[in-house]
Amino acid sequence: MADDKSNAAAYWKANVRLITGCLIVWAFVSYGCAILFRPLLAGIPVGGTDLGFWFAQQGSILTFIAIIFFYAWKMNRLDKQFGLGE
Amino acid sequence: MSQFAINLLFVGASFALYIGIAIWARAGSTKDFYVAGGGVHPITNGMATAADWMSAASFISMAGLLASGGYANSTFLMGWTGGYVILAMLLAPYLRKFGKFTVPDFIGDRFYSNTARLVAVICLIVASITYVIGQMTGAGVAFSRFLEVSNTWGIWIAAFIVFLYAVFGGMKGITYTQVAQYVVLIIAYTIPAVFIALELTGNPIPGLGMFSTHTESGVPLLEKLDDVVNALGFRDYTADVDNKLNMVLFTLSLMVGTAGLPHVIIRFFTVPKVADARWSAGWALVFIALLYLTAPAVGSMARLNLMTTVYPDMAGQVENYEDATTNPIRYEERPEWVRTWEETGLIQYEDKNNDGRIQVYNDGNEAFAETAEQRGWNGSELNVNNDILVLANPEIANLPSWVIGLIAAGGIAAALSTAAGLLLAISSAISHDLIKTMINPKITEKGEMLAARISMAGAILLATYLGLNPPGFAAQTVALAFGIAGASLFPVLMMGIFSKRVNNKGAVAGMLTGLGATLLYIFTYLGWFFIPGTNMLPNTPDNWILGISPLSFGAVGAIFNFAVAFIVSNATEEPPQEIQDLVESVRYPKGAGVATGH
Repeated sequence: MADDKSNAAAYWKANVRLITGCLIVWAFVSYGCAILFRPLLAGIPVGGTDLGFWFAQQGSILTFIAIIFFYAWKMNRLDKQFGLGE
Repeated sequence: MSQFAINLLFVGASFALYIGIAIWARAGSTKDFYVAGGGVHPITNGMATAADWMSAASFISMAGLLASGGYANSTFLMGWTGGYVILAMLLAPYLRKFGKFTVPDFIGDRFYSNTARLVAVICLIVASITYVIGQMTGAGVAFSRFLEVSNTWGIWIAAFIVFLYAVFGGMKGITYTQVAQYVVLIIAYTIPAVFIALELTGNPIPGLGMFSTHTESGVPLLEKLDDVVNALGFRDYTADVDNKLNMVLFTLSLMVGTAGLPHVIIRFFTVPKVADARWSAGWALVFIALLYLTAPAVGSMARLNLMTTVYPDMAGQVENYEDATTNPIRYEERPEWVRTWEETGLIQYEDKNNDGRIQVYNDGNEAFAETAEQRGWNGSELNVNNDILVLANPEIANLPSWVIGLIAAGGIAAALSTAAGLLLAISSAISHDLIKTMINPKITEKGEMLAARISMAGAILLATYLGLNPPGFAAQTVALAFGIAGASLFPVLMMGIFSKRVNNKGAVAGMLTGLGATLLYIFTYLGWFFIPGTNMLPNTPDNWILGISPLSFGAVGAIFNFAVAFIVSNATEEPPQEIQDLVESVRYPKGAGVATGH
């Protein structure tokens, strides 16, 4: 029982760590590259405009998809690793 | 065949398809009705979620807002997709594990309080009804144009159709109908965009075309667009915004709203396993992105097309754009699509300087006023409603009439699928959470379904009535709904999973604060219950606190919600042990059964 408990706690900790990492990337591309840091990226041209504009209209959406699939894949592995899957 | 007949054929055929599917997949039990029997494949579910999600706001309104606002309105693109990241990681898998089928179910059980359940039902209904108003606005625009009826009739027809299949189909019917609607709407959206991208840039993929070269002038498309709008006194299309705080908060509001909207969350109860809930969120975003990566191209290209329609010399111009403004089109020679949309009243022309030509420019720009006067202009003469851009797109690009019929069917599909999903969320909150759980637990399954259908009908009537006088463009009305959902429901759902310490009192106080603060801020600027003329302050950036628009306030409301729930919980007793065990159990996928109601 104690093992079950510490195993479950470790699983949850790993999950929260993974979520934190993914959320940092999520915030970085959308709030960072697309909005706040756009002036810093103004020097990088992308098809008639700058990188920040591209992130705002396309780049962040593509990154979001990548984040969700990465998370789903990683979590399904964690489920198995900790024996907590269905 | 006339355009009217073609529209009727496409819209009619698509309706026949949806209603056919709804009858074929008729709900036999309450479980079928609410969660489609819990047996939907993640990809199917992703597609249905995408249709559910992409409403009139995404389909009809968003590209128009991008066209008029340029970079500043990228918030809609990021906000309405980024929410899925939060949903996939912070809510969907755990709520699926919890295994009941409504959002108030979770809040009521997790916070062991019928007060919390009731407050959640109220938040859900306020957010969903606001959202349905936006759908009715959009559907009204689509119907009035394509069936050549008045806007009011358009809205009533939409209400009748939604009523038919939402009421009889339930979730099972809605899920499969929505798959069909997704296919119709994505084809309808993409085909005109591909033709337009080919025409303007030679690139068949709209999302790539917008970042490539404008064929006629040899200048990059976005650079060209900047120059064109600049010569008319508008801000550059790609111009940065000054108020970054508002932009960040608006994006955040849309994201947390996405994760807090009940009709999206219940989607994830329909998949068989917890792992499927995660995949399903990913697939939903893939299907959504197909439209969202095309939308900015549609917006920018439509803006350019609109400007070169009015100023034909603009198209080939490479520099000295001022010269190209001297020869705008004569009103008599205006293209056919301007004429047809004028009949709906959504395009208006007034010859302010009596020269028989159409001048479009930014007459609100004081720095530009002198230039305009020198050119003999006396105010911008063409008023184009943002919401028509996508629907008018095939006509602007001279595409064949069947494409126009297709886009009519697509726009209507988008509005109806979302409205149906929302009505289902509203009806289950009333029949299941309010009546079955709180008022009369002994109600029969039949009685519960009857109550669900009656409340659906009531919700349709209310939303239709409010849709006749909407508080903004479809996408803006919808954005308000997101603010409300994000400020009230999202924080307690998240805290319910990630904190064992937050208790019943904290949750109730948090939800009430989030909902109250957000509604107060919105009503201050937009009028009490959106009734025009009852606003306490004018809705302009100067009057907004710290420049935060009412659309962006949801994020602030959510922060209040978190803070109040945290403080109140820590000042009161810990939740009982069995609740802490419940939180523990939703965190691990092991032992999840199918979603149940009891």
